Amino acid sequence: MSKISRRRLITTGLAATAGIVGVAAAPGLGRRYGLIPPDSGGFYGLGETLTYGAQRLLTRHSLAREFPRSLISKTPFANPVAPPSEAFKRHQDTGFSDWRLSVDGMVAHPGSFSLADLKSLPVHSQITEVACEEGWSYIAEWIGTPLVNVLDAVGVLPQARYAVYYSIQPDWWESIDMADALHPQTFLTLGMNDGDLPVSFGGPLRLRVPRQLGYKSLKYITRITVTDSLKNFGKGLGSASPEGGYSWYAGI
Amino acid sequence: MISFLALVITGGEIVISHPRFYWGETGNSGTPPLFKIPIPASRDSVPTGYNYVMPDQNGWSRYLHFEAAWVLVLTGLVYVIAGLLNAHFRKSLIPPPAERRWSAFRSVFARYLRRAPANEAENLSYNVVQRVSYLAVIFVLFPLVIWTGLALSPSFDSAVPAAVNLLGGRQSARTLHFLVSGLLVVFFFVHITMIVLAGFWKRTKPMITGSVKYPSERI
Repeated sequence: MSKISRRRLITTGLAATAGIVGVAAAPGLGRRYGLIPPDSGGFYGLGETLTYGAQRLLTRHSLAREFPRSLISKTPFANPVAPPSEAFKRHQDTGFSDWRLSVDGMVAHPGSFSLADLKSLPVHSQITEVACEEGWSYIAEWIGTPLVNVLDAVGVLPQARYAVYYSIQPDWWESIDMADALHPQTFLTLGMNDGDLPVSFGGPLRLRVPRQLGYKSLKYITRITVTDSLKNFGKGLGSASPEGGYSWYAGI
Repeated sequence: MISFLALVITGGEIVISHPRFYWGETGNSGTPPLFKIPIPASRDSVPTGYNYVMPDQNGWSRYLHFEAAWVLVLTGLVYVIAGLLNAHFRKSLIPPPAERRWSAFRSVFARYLRRAPANEAENLSYNVVQRVSYLAVIFVLFPLVIWTGLALSPSFDSAVPAAVNLLGGRQSARTLHFLVSGLLVVFFFVHITMIVLAGFWKRTKPMITGSVKYPSERI
């Protein structure tokens, strides 16, 4: 056994001190810069925080890959969803003419938008890939208005940090941080591949979040709430996904 | 090792949710697979030919997979930096010039096949077959499995599109991630088997403490 030299003792001591200070300061810094996900507690919380924090530092403004029209999948695939609720069926019977999206929470002018209202905002299209957490994927053209247009219309307050969005289907809700909510590719999607958005793919209105896996792109959305904290939503884990065992952040 | 096992088990659970593999950018239950694993899936939307749906373990598997990946990558970084600083790779892993020939490989395999006990040099250091396979695992397979894994993150790909484009697309990256993980699992089992054959405690103690105490050391 070799003796520990003085130099080694000093460098190890300094490294350990720096490490402890770093670990002690990390949570505060992380919260300040929005690097801590809402499901950061529990056994998997550390890994989840490292993933979300690292990705937010790396990808705050990056754009999801877009593809040429020739790569649009001939056979897009949609996971079957739970049987449509009575409320959804009523809208389906009237051709979704009364479908409305309400936007409330930390906004200057809470409002409600019909599908026609949304179509009157600047409409864009993107050819992006849907990747499911199961492993499969497809590419489609998505047509809609960037969520940021609606958020601008209602006037998001500066303290806002998350957008929570709800499906008409019961117990189906998600949330994203403002980096994704204001992202130019986050679409309120009304159309797919030159047609209306089919019901199986989330029609009449789906929020597409192309930098995250498919389960963050909620189908049939009717309400968006802007908030500075997710604590009072559900169990406080951020969305229905972590309550069902799936991570809140799905950029990986 | 704990994080490696956690990654293998959770990786397997994630594969079970869609045991079909594709090549290129996209692939799903409506497109022909490159190959599929003949097991039932944990989702009823996957056409496996089995009339049985496995329990869904994807949620915690994904949480644990990424957490274990952080542990493995950070530990690996410390190991590689330390190995470069203390010349471990140069001294103990790069084969000495005299052994950089096929005959050196052949003689090691010949001794393995005869089940000859480790010679004195092998008690103190690695033979050429060990050196080459360890170098391949550390500098080829692990970087590849990390790269192909990162390429599966749509958000990472938005920042570094080349990560997935160079691999030929998302589904190619997923297939490569699976195959490289398979090679690592093969290495793991061969490695453990060889350790057991050579004497489990005799070999694992020096792995952890870093010191070798054999009769041959008395000289």
